[in-house]
Amino acid sequence: MDTSLAILLSMLLPAAAVVANLIFRNSPNLRDGLTLGAAIATFLVVLNILATVGNTTTDTFVLLEVMPGLALAFNVEPLGMMFAILASGLWIVTHVYGIGYMRGNNEDDHARFFACFSFAIFSVMGIAFAANMFTLFLFYEILTLSTYPLVAHKGTLAAVKGARTYLSILIGTSIGLQLVAVIWTFSIAGTLDFTRGGILEGLIAGPPVAILLALYAFGIGKAALMPFHRWLPAAMVAPTPVSALLHAVAVVKAGVFTMLKVGIYIFGIDFLAATGASIWLMWLAAFSIIASSVIALTKDNLKARLAYSTISQLSYITLGVALATSMGILGGSLHVVMHAMGKITLFMCAGSIYVATHKTNISQMTGLGRAMPITFIAFLIGSLSIIGLPPLGGSWSKWLLIMGAADAGQLAMIGVLLISSLLNVGYLLPLVGKGFFLTAPNKTGPTKFAESPTLVWAPPAFTAFGCIILFFYAGHIQAFLMPIIAAP
Amino acid sequence: MATQTVHHTAMTLSDHLPILQILIPFIAAPLIVFIGQRKLAWPIAFIASATSFVIACLLLSKVIGGSVISYQIGGWAPPLGIEYRVDAANAFVLFLVTGIATLVLPYARQSVGSEMPHQTQTLFYALFLLCMTGLLGVTITADAFNVFVFLEISSLSTYVLIAQGSYRDKRALTAAFNYLIMGTIGATFFVIGLGFLYMATGTLNMADLADKLTGQYESRTVRAGFAFILVGMGLKVAIFPLHFWLPNAYTYAPSAVTTFLAATATKVAIYVLLRFVFSVFQPAFLAETSTLEIIFYPFALLAMFAASFTAIFQRDLKRMLAYSSIAQIGYMLLGIALLSETGLMATIIHLFNHGITKAALFMGVGAYVLRSGSSFYVQIQGLGKTMPWTSAAVVIGGLSLIGVPGTAGFLSKWLLVQAALEQGYWPISMLIVASSLLAVMYVWRLVETLYLSTPSSEQTIQEAPLSMLLPLWAMALACIYFGFETDITLGAAKAAAQALLAGSSGMMN
Amino acid sequence: MHFFTSEFFFGHINYWLFIVLMMTGLYIVIGKGNLVKKIVGLNVFQTSVFMFYISMGKISGGTAPIFPLDGKYNPEIAYSNPLPHVLILTAIVVGIATTSLGLALIIRIREEYHCIEEEEITVIEDAVFRREYLQAKSQGETL
Repeated sequence: MDTSLAILLSMLLPAAAVVANLIFRNSPNLRDGLTLGAAIATFLVVLNILATVGNTTTDTFVLLEVMPGLALAFNVEPLGMMFAILASGLWIVTHVYGIGYMRGNNEDDHARFFACFSFAIFSVMGIAFAANMFTLFLFYEILTLSTYPLVAHKGTLAAVKGARTYLSILIGTSIGLQLVAVIWTFSIAGTLDFTRGGILEGLIAGPPVAILLALYAFGIGKAALMPFHRWLPAAMVAPTPVSALLHAVAVVKAGVFTMLKVGIYIFGIDFLAATGASIWLMWLAAFSIIASSVIALTKDNLKARLAYSTISQLSYITLGVALATSMGILGGSLHVVMHAMGKITLFMCAGSIYVATHKTNISQMTGLGRAMPITFIAFLIGSLSIIGLPPLGGSWSKWLLIMGAADAGQLAMIGVLLISSLLNVGYLLPLVGKGFFLTAPNKTGPTKFAESPTLVWAPPAFTAFGCIILFFYAGHIQAFLMPIIAAP
Repeated sequence: MATQTVHHTAMTLSDHLPILQILIPFIAAPLIVFIGQRKLAWPIAFIASATSFVIACLLLSKVIGGSVISYQIGGWAPPLGIEYRVDAANAFVLFLVTGIATLVLPYARQSVGSEMPHQTQTLFYALFLLCMTGLLGVTITADAFNVFVFLEISSLSTYVLIAQGSYRDKRALTAAFNYLIMGTIGATFFVIGLGFLYMATGTLNMADLADKLTGQYESRTVRAGFAFILVGMGLKVAIFPLHFWLPNAYTYAPSAVTTFLAATATKVAIYVLLRFVFSVFQPAFLAETSTLEIIFYPFALLAMFAASFTAIFQRDLKRMLAYSSIAQIGYMLLGIALLSETGLMATIIHLFNHGITKAALFMGVGAYVLRSGSSFYVQIQGLGKTMPWTSAAVVIGGLSLIGVPGTAGFLSKWLLVQAALEQGYWPISMLIVASSLLAVMYVWRLVETLYLSTPSSEQTIQEAPLSMLLPLWAMALACIYFGFETDITLGAAKAAAQALLAGSSGMMN
Repeated sequence: MHFFTSEFFFGHINYWLFIVLMMTGLYIVIGKGNLVKKIVGLNVFQTSVFMFYISMGKISGGTAPIFPLDGKYNPEIAYSNPLPHVLILTAIVVGIATTSLGLALIIRIREEYHCIEEEEITVIEDAVFRREYLQAKSQGETL
């Protein structure tokens, strides 16, 4: 298949799923079946692109030119390829899980929910294959808008307020800071194309580089860099499949993906390293890692704890960019995959517990492990991957990040990464421990086997398995990503 | 178009397009009154405006490349005779005005039918055409005094149109009266300014004026004239401290009228301002007097913030949109004040984009008024579910108002920020995006009201009729279409900006 | 600039009168609460502009710009400029239209409000606003 056609198809299929959900809003099985079909087809199309293109960078194909020099254009390059596979693959899993969760939990308005969900995937595909910053920004904003109804889905006052925070931070940072950064870049470089080695070298120097980087770093609110992280816990009010999508796959990964793209293709690693403009970002990311881990320790609500954990893990990736070394970039990119797999497992487990018992707080989950062994074992595997223990995927990305820090001569950052791992242990493992080894006070919890419905527990089990698989294939992914750090 | 040759003159019908642009609605208006049939009024009005739209398209296609059509009324050569002059800048405005009119009319049929008694509807269409004639005339003429005459034609009919809202809310009358007082003062100031210019030059043709004014910029007479014209037009434009007529007029006028006025009237006034500030007076004059720094920047920025802020706290959707219009006018002024090609392009393109955006939004409001009886937030709570099509279109309009990428509004904002950055005005570019965030707040309040609130009344509300939905969606889709397809908008804006910045040379050739 | 000379006052007497009339008109429009008086003020204001234009066309010693029928006019004779006068004819027509429309509006306002004093109208409108506000509150308006 022609690559440009395949790219379009990978975006049109989710868009078709949106339409299908709206048309067949009253026949649930047909609707969900069609969406699942679209998800699988999208995944196949993306795999097809992978098969034809591999890890080369294709020519840009321009859909239409909006203004001279500003085009809606797409191409395939390794980082985007990886993101597309990740998103489309996990869409299938999340969709299956979503069907089980929404039905098992008797939520309303399934059609609107899945329509927005598919729409979000549509924009993620646009982000993954964007060939310039303008296209990326366009889909970045569509993603924010399409996930807003998902956060507000329950329609309660808490949901409305949470959604308001979600939107105001994401739109506020993107229009208030990122847009200015993009236009600024355009006015000095005259182009926004993602170019290996960056487009800014020689055109800007001194403090403005750091300012521009700051506009990007804070403007990409989806990367949840402190102090613009508040939207993530606020979006906690959403149904769990959304949290899984938001916090593991689509939204936060779109954020750090943008961060990586900006670091690699707008600034260029060498340019960043040479100007030292990213040193402050490194320290801020380090602060973000430690601070949010500490906050996570204090949260009793499981989803809130996971949200703060996500903030911390996203800053790993930002840290990878800020180190401005090849290893750091590689580690950050790899962490996109590893964290996605681990965190989606954890969120789906949280949802599974909620569907089965309607419990949200960790203190109430004592003894649940024996009743829901599959969920809890999946949770354990996901946790270990996030902590970074072999033989789980997360260990590789952390290893590469530590190497990157050593390359950059930032020994303090190695310390930060190690302390953070200890904190991860501190906030993730107690739940598993309590679940398996303690009994609930007054024996209120279920004692015999009481797993959630199959469609709800199977997906996290699957992704937990994925965490193990990734450990053995990390080398392949790393090799796949090598071109992005190759000299231009 | 048939090129019917008139014997002995060798002039074809297509040579007469500039005058036909004005004449067709101008003759159709009294025709409606003479026929006096309510059933015939709408078709006549629609045919007249559709024909005007076709003419405007033809004119635009002729001049978008940068050429200029000059038409002499009655064969009297300028500067003594009245000249109509079509270039990229005003052909674009003609295109906007006639296009909006042609879409508002199908919409108006149902909306006007529900908001006005039968006996006044015939006259409504006549007035609508007159108002349109006035706006078109202001745009197309190259004679300064002719601008005043057409301005008054459109203004007088506008006052009456606004007063028609009195069948729904009696405050329309006082709104119309206040607008009449303010509008007349504005128009008279404009005439005084023209008088000063005439004293200094002895001519009223714009190109001639521009020519003879060069070298007289030190003259107090000329400067006083400039000040009077600026304030007079400022009233019509609703530049920030001169905007007090606007919120009430927009709120209480019939929905169809508000749609038309919001999308065209202030835009035409901005165009006149551009014409006078850049063509009649030269950019050199602006650089010499510090009008831009003292008047335009502060008031544009004040408008962007004060009016947006006020908009957030309204309890009537229509009034909220009115305040948002004042804020958006601030953006256009800012583009003028930047005094660069990109800045002017931003102004001209925003003039168009904001026109279609506001048209979509006000059409949505009209649909809500038709179905729920009012446009108060409490009355439209939860209508996202009962009127899904209307609400979806309104949301698209709202996104374009914010300037979300992929909508028309985004392009204008992009150009404006770029223009500010080109000049190195850092703080201003930050202020532009900051005020967009205020737009996010008021638009999102609307979205939450529509989709996340429980309906306040039990009665079942139907979706708006197709005759209103189609124009509404045409506008909403235009908001998206012009967000991607920019050949027309950007092309015209670029040609117009270059012509305007070239000063009188743009007028002379 | 020769301020405060007799030439400054008497040489520009038409402008001084224009300014006085214009300010009087504007003051009435702004200062008076009665709607009819506002319209009267508007008229005075517009008339001042008419005077301004007409005086502008006058040339010292100039006569009425009427050509002899036989077309043999004497180049020695100075004519006043007729153009501003013609322009002002149009402006007068516009002024009349504005005045009549304003008065018609006042009649309608009186029918609806039963008064034509700005202050009383404001009181009535404020009451309507307050009623709308209370109604919105009672229906559970969320801000």
